[in-house]
Amino acid sequence: MSQQGYVAAPPYSQAQPGMGGYQGGFGGGPAQPLYGHYGGPPQAFAAPPAGMMKSPVSSAAGMPPPPASNQYNPNVQQNGAHPQRYPAPQAASVYGQPLQSPYNSMASMAPPPAQQLTNQMSSMNLGNYAPGPMQSPPPPTSSVQQPFQTSPPQAMGQPQMSPGPQSPHMSPQMSPQQSPMSGPPMGGPPMGGPPMGGPPMGGPPMGGPPMGGPPMGGTPMGGPQMTGPPMAGMGRPFPGPPGPGGFQQPGPGAAGPPGYPQQAGQFGGNMAGHQPGMPGAFPGAPGGMAGPPQKKLDPDSIPSITQVIEDDQVKRGGQVYSTNIRGQIPPLVTTDFTVQDQGNASPRFMRCTTYSLPCTADLAKQCQVPLASIIKPLANLPENETPLYVVNHGETGPIRCNRCKAYMCPYMQFIDGGRRYQCGFCNCVNEVPVFYFQHLDHMGRRVDFYERPELSLGSYEFVATLDYCKNNKPPNPPAYIFMIDVSYNNIKSGLVKLICDELKNLLEHLPSEEGVEASAIKVGFVTYNKVLHFYNVKSALAQPQMMVVSDTAEMFVPLLDGFLVNYQDSRAVISNLLDQIPDMFADTNESETVFVPVIQAGVEAFKAAECSGKLFIFQSSMPTAEAPGKLKNRDDKKLVNTDKEKTLFQPQKGVYEQLSKECVAQGCCVDLFLFPNQYMDIATMADVPSHTGGSVYKYNNFQVETDGEHFLRDLRKDVQKSIGFDAIMRVRTSTGFRATEFFGAIHMNNTTDIEMAAVDCDKALTVEFKHDDTLSEETGAHMQCALLYTTINGQRRLRIHNLSLNCSSQLSELYKSCETDSLINFFSKSACRAILNQPLKTVREILVNQTAHMLACYRKNCASPSAASQLILPDAMKVFPVYINSLMKTAPLVGSTELSTDDRAHQRLLIMGMGVEETQLLLYPRLTPLHNMDVSIKTHPAPVRCSEERLTDSGMFLLENGHSMFLWLGQAIPPDLVQNIFNLPSLAHLQGNMCALPELDNPLSNKVRAIINDLIEKRPNSMKLHIVRQKDKPEMVFRQFLVEDKGLHGGASYMDFLCYVHREIRQLLT
Amino acid sequence: MASYQEFIQQNEDRDGVRFSWNLWPSSRLEATRLVVPVSCLFTPLKERPDLPPVQYEPVLCSRANCKAVLNPLCQVDFRAKIWACNFCFQRNPFPPSYAGISEVNQPAELMPQFSTIEYIVQRGATAPLIFLYVVDTCLEEEDLQALKESLQMSLSLLPPNALVGLITFGRMVQVHELSCEGIAKSYVFRGTKDLSSKQIQEMLGLTKPAASAQQGRPVAPQDAAASCRFLQPVHRVDMNLTDLLGELQRDPWPVPQGKRPLRSTGVALTVAVGLLEGTFPNTGARVMLFIGGPPTQGPGMVVGDELKTPIRSWHDIQKDNARHLKKATKYYEAMANRSAVNGHCIDIYACALDQTGLLEMKCLSNLTGGHIVMGDSFNTSLFKQTFQRVFSKDLNGDFRMAFGGVLEIKTSREVKVCGSIGPCVSLNSKGSCVSENEMGIGGTSQWKVCGLNPSTTLGIFFEVVNQHNAPVPQGGRGAIQFVTQYQHSNTQRRIRVTTIARNWADAQSQIQHIESSFDQEAAAVLMARLGVFRAESEEGPDVLRWLDRQLIRLCQKFGQFNKDDPTSFKLSESLSLYPQFMFHLRRSPFLQVFNNSPDESSYYRHHFVRQDLTQSLIMIQPILYSYSFHGPPEPVLLDSSSILPDRILLMDTFFQLVIYHGEDTLADTESTIAQWRKNFKQLLLAPLDDAQEILQTRFPMPRYIDTEHGGSQARFLLSKVNPSQTHNNLYAWGQETGAPILTDDVSLQVFMDHLKKLAVSSSA
Repeated sequence: MSQQGYVAAPPYSQAQPGMGGYQGGFGGGPAQPLYGHYGGPPQAFAAPPAGMMKSPVSSAAGMPPPPASNQYNPNVQQNGAHPQRYPAPQAASVYGQPLQSPYNSMASMAPPPAQQLTNQMSSMNLGNYAPGPMQSPPPPTSSVQQPFQTSPPQAMGQPQMSPGPQSPHMSPQMSPQQSPMSGPPMGGPPMGGPPMGGPPMGGPPMGGPPMGGPPMGGTPMGGPQMTGPPMAGMGRPFPGPPGPGGFQQPGPGAAGPPGYPQQAGQFGGNMAGHQPGMPGAFPGAPGGMAGPPQKKLDPDSIPSITQVIEDDQVKRGGQVYSTNIRGQIPPLVTTDFTVQDQGNASPRFMRCTTYSLPCTADLAKQCQVPLASIIKPLANLPENETPLYVVNHGETGPIRCNRCKAYMCPYMQFIDGGRRYQCGFCNCVNEVPVFYFQHLDHMGRRVDFYERPELSLGSYEFVATLDYCKNNKPPNPPAYIFMIDVSYNNIKSGLVKLICDELKNLLEHLPSEEGVEASAIKVGFVTYNKVLHFYNVKSALAQPQMMVVSDTAEMFVPLLDGFLVNYQDSRAVISNLLDQIPDMFADTNESETVFVPVIQAGVEAFKAAECSGKLFIFQSSMPTAEAPGKLKNRDDKKLVNTDKEKTLFQPQKGVYEQLSKECVAQGCCVDLFLFPNQYMDIATMADVPSHTGGSVYKYNNFQVETDGEHFLRDLRKDVQKSIGFDAIMRVRTSTGFRATEFFGAIHMNNTTDIEMAAVDCDKALTVEFKHDDTLSEETGAHMQCALLYTTINGQRRLRIHNLSLNCSSQLSELYKSCETDSLINFFSKSACRAILNQPLKTVREILVNQTAHMLACYRKNCASPSAASQLILPDAMKVFPVYINSLMKTAPLVGSTELSTDDRAHQRLLIMGMGVEETQLLLYPRLTPLHNMDVSIKTHPAPVRCSEERLTDSGMFLLENGHSMFLWLGQAIPPDLVQNIFNLPSLAHLQGNMCALPELDNPLSNKVRAIINDLIEKRPNSMKLHIVRQKDKPEMVFRQFLVEDKGLHGGASYMDFLCYVHREIRQLLT
Repeated sequence: MASYQEFIQQNEDRDGVRFSWNLWPSSRLEATRLVVPVSCLFTPLKERPDLPPVQYEPVLCSRANCKAVLNPLCQVDFRAKIWACNFCFQRNPFPPSYAGISEVNQPAELMPQFSTIEYIVQRGATAPLIFLYVVDTCLEEEDLQALKESLQMSLSLLPPNALVGLITFGRMVQVHELSCEGIAKSYVFRGTKDLSSKQIQEMLGLTKPAASAQQGRPVAPQDAAASCRFLQPVHRVDMNLTDLLGELQRDPWPVPQGKRPLRSTGVALTVAVGLLEGTFPNTGARVMLFIGGPPTQGPGMVVGDELKTPIRSWHDIQKDNARHLKKATKYYEAMANRSAVNGHCIDIYACALDQTGLLEMKCLSNLTGGHIVMGDSFNTSLFKQTFQRVFSKDLNGDFRMAFGGVLEIKTSREVKVCGSIGPCVSLNSKGSCVSENEMGIGGTSQWKVCGLNPSTTLGIFFEVVNQHNAPVPQGGRGAIQFVTQYQHSNTQRRIRVTTIARNWADAQSQIQHIESSFDQEAAAVLMARLGVFRAESEEGPDVLRWLDRQLIRLCQKFGQFNKDDPTSFKLSESLSLYPQFMFHLRRSPFLQVFNNSPDESSYYRHHFVRQDLTQSLIMIQPILYSYSFHGPPEPVLLDSSSILPDRILLMDTFFQLVIYHGEDTLADTESTIAQWRKNFKQLLLAPLDDAQEILQTRFPMPRYIDTEHGGSQARFLLSKVNPSQTHNNLYAWGQETGAPILTDDVSLQVFMDHLKKLAVSSSA
């Protein structure tokens, strides 16, 4: 997909080559020629833009600091030279400054980070600055140019970050830009503005969309705030023509001011103008915009996710959402609503990036908005929603279209008095089978419409006939095999004992289908180190039998009978076994383990038992013992930020690939619980789980005391969650478009069948669609997702989800119907897949470009004309940039040597299987203040924006993103709060490794714990609670989740990114 | 002088030796003319309750390439305290401990009645005996149950300190760990993959990788425990193992219709051999393999698992149509040799109605001195009692088994050893007494016999090398010394030394003496062994032809006849029975494969080349007793004429014991036998009692057949007797002399006629 999604992006295709070159230029020598090239034609402007680009880049990157900043002296020293050389270049400073301010605050807030910063700085210097000097020399054709050029170098330093990517796009479009630039002076300035700090933003508190403009105003603002000189530059660079002159004047603030007043005014005007274009989306905007830019850009003025969530909750929360209308947009994933299935699948099962497809491929191409659907076929439904009906057509099986094989669904049109029906997907006319015949009523609807789920509902299940079973035999109930690494590490850490003790309870609660008392799932046990131990736990045995298989080169299962048993039957023997396992290996000193043979053993066991199932593997180290799939440490931090970085994410050996195929063929899902103390090559080890619908859990430096409960919660959830096995899914669409790309924990043998060894209630896959032909506004677009799977009770079922979308030849319709959460899910997955094959830099560039493009296209086609300086965002996508920015700051995409390769690989794999809720939460964690909530109210307190600015010294905040959870305690937290929560006199008494709150009987403690437990319960993964004190070292970890701030490991702040995107948009538009 | 009969008997009783010739022709030329080579049947561990072992070490000749043991034939100078070796004539001083020696105070080994003497060697640590059960679990439920019971029972028969191990196999091979509490552990191997001994030991965790040793962890105590995990003293794991055997299940893998169960016999044996090889090389160990069918997968497979392909028959083999034969044989031979090198012997207990692959596997036992027992089911007394008898004890309460035997033969310089035929392998010890002329397993003067019991008998062949023109000095005697070192079942190392001497005779002047010194029984058995040995590698007819030629030549040499006058042909008493032996030998299953499966042939031959003379003779010519109303039981001719209506016959073929109730010609009431049934129950029981007596002592226990005239099982008797009356010699019809046999085989009479004719023929 990655290629398609990115490379193919039509509008950019041309730009890209340029981009690459451009970047290179920045990076080192080669850039120069390009640079020169650009400079050549549109000399004056061409160059400048470049400069501009860079600076933004820097900001985006989150890289530290523009040279100008004094605070960073140590690092800056080298830079220092630059600033001096280009003292005037406000441009540079402009960008830098905005950055700085946040940065500064960071620094002050958290001293510890200093180290990291310096590191970054130094690296930057080395890598990026070098080129800088080179560039600086460019012959100043015009006075104007110079300033710009100077700015670039500075930016250069920062480019380290993703920003780089953006520049490429820019460059190609530069030329168009020029004209606008020169023409309306205004245009220029606004650009500059955004970077500034965005004081202008302040204007529109709510709307956010109109953002762009204000920045200009900000310029002046910046001046004051910033250290003197650079500030001035702020606004200027963009303003280009007009500004330049001013800027050149070293006079800091002075230069800027002149232009500003005007701009400010203009903005105001623009805003107003825009608004009409944006239907009601930006109510607040006008006012805000109008507001004088003088103050520091108010962060509240830019679109807020928390606000959006809250609004939607207010608007649609608690309501019933009936799926009877084609193309209707569901509430946000964060909103609490009830679904009533009336002919389309619940958004819990299927969610689309847009509910109104463009009619033609050209339109789709033009807007660049990905058309995708995120399908969570087995999603859990809340208790107040009806579970899916099961339709049983007996031996004939489900009724299907003769041509396209689509299943009977509400989109089938019955004609000819009910004797025939026309397929809603391929339009083929089919005979209605005799037994299925029913008369039509006056509306042309079958009389039994409401009696048949497949005619009236969006989602339902069919009982599959033998034709749908492997070898035409009904499947056996699935089996769960627990495979425990009993090497030295796990024994010593007490993990083995923990698992064995827990299993005894856990196995009592194996999942079973609703309405069925006893679970049909069989269980089996394997322990292993260098060799595998299988256990015969047949109920007839007095004691378990252990069978050791040392032949790891060719794995086999040594027993047939008694390996996979019904827990209830063999409870005594299993309990006996679980008691013995920890003791049996108590004095082991075997530290080597195998891995591939363990999975092979599972596959073989399933093969022998002719069933599908799941392996729970508990492994603590990289498999280094001599056996297939033996791994070597190949972690190499030097690869980070190089073109070879992708190799860190690629699995190591062919044997794993083969194994995945075998697993999928047998319906063997692999869940991996890892307990690493060091590098484990998760990219490789998790390859099989990631292709078999499995999950990977990781507990670094596992300790029973602190991580035990966390792990057990995960294990319980994992064992008990509802799941289907041996699944094949296919997405059928009505004519005119079709599914082309699939992302998820899946395996594709051909281009249409999605094979999954298992799919559980939390796994979602993302399907991208492309046009084949023109879509009709009248008929809309239908899609049908059919999942064939084996239930946990061993029944073969077909689950059908149907969804109909609108089609429109108006792009505005499309933008109106966009779903940001789904979009971001798509982008997350496609980016995570793309980094396997492309350099991170490129991937990030593409992300930014596509973001800019989507927004620019909106601006161009849907928004009413307005000043270019205004940032206008479609209402449905107004928070999209935050997510994209956050996405680029996630571990896999950020490209920092600070992060462990395993963590990055792990997160990458996690994202691939995530549903919309999860990506949303991951990319925008919930930061909830707990210190000032009303303990008497039942609901949770409202979250605040994920920014450091929202923290207060005397506060207590809970942050959670579905994978990590932090309780942040301000320095000045009131002692009584501490007393109530921790039963400690003061914060100083707090133990560092605490991972759970003491159970105290006071309202606050009860409430806080209730909130925490509720979250842990609600999320698919259990989370470990980290308690961090302000200014403590662990706070750094916490801070990286404040996604609106500048990234700890790189990445721009929300504000900077927005400004940058704005500039991109402007360039696209000009 | 006593008759040769007595001499031979006396020699056999004392030394366990039977020579074909008890006077030796003094030159090579003459020796070859005697047709039957100078050879002997030697029973190394013949039971000698009257022979107390001496508690010191033998005195050896000091010549490096001689090392003969001091024996009664040596000349001793009591005054000088010097003895002369009778093989190399080296003069050796007695060791200091013999200082008190004199004519009246002689050590046992110098006394003539101690021509066989046994020394107990105190050197070296003694290792306990090891019994490793390798059990096929692809059995019928009933069979498996019976086998489990037998195995459990056997635990009580083992010496308490013996180490015992258990390997089970079916589709997979499981090595059971015996020392564990609470959980039964076993190591499992794929049944299709050949593994080297090193791999096996690694997989069993018996070798500590160098890495862990480097880490400085204490490994020593673990090592000891580790090596023993699979082999534990019986007294310690008695209960455990009994339970384990009790829980043993049939191989659980489903056997589809039309298929044989998958049996990984080959890998199971490799693992067993590898396990012992790694843990207890060169100590007495018995691998006991129990199989209920042929190996059907993996290395050593004998037949595929498709039931529609039957297991190879002689016909297939002759047609070169046995796909797996060569490969499997080679595989098992390699394994047998490895096992032999380590001194471990392998028993095969094969109980099935069809063949089990003994043909391919026989070398396992043949080369290591193990037993082969073949039965129809583990649930028969044949197996149960035979198995029990493996653990029988002698008068001293010691097991009748010995391990790791090495037989060395020293000869005086006129004689050289050509080879040996028996359950042994060559140790390739070349020396001055080794002949270039190989007969049997030759080219060596030392053989390894991993498993021995008191009846284990080797046929040993010699060659007189003295040249015709170098006459043996007057009164000189040829001497041969057998030195057998072995591990006694009580774990002592022992050395038994037998030194014999025979007089030389000039074949020209003393041919009469030589003829009368002929031991036709021994000669028949020895020639039969040669024949059987050849039959292993040659076509059956060739062997028969060879045998016939030898017989004719012998008759020509020693018969008295007028040329071309068959009626004048006569043989002296000492040769009179020999042709008859040969007649029966020709008909025996050892050389005839007709009507026998390859497995059966292998089984018969296996026993034939290891039993002592008496048993071997029974095998060649079964004995037949007749019980009648008219007198005491009497041995009768093995002839169809002995089958009479009013007789009860008892035939012992070694492998079968047949009681045959004569024909009830006079209808029910008046039948004589019917009369007996009413009146003389005891008499009727007489043959049964006699049969019981044989059954009690025979190993392996013979198949016991109680049949009557016209019974289907009567074929066992009818196929053995000399067909003197057949449907061809019409004159016999209707007469009341015996029963006609429906066969085209020649009768002894015809055979003898032909022999005579050929012997006297001048053209031959």
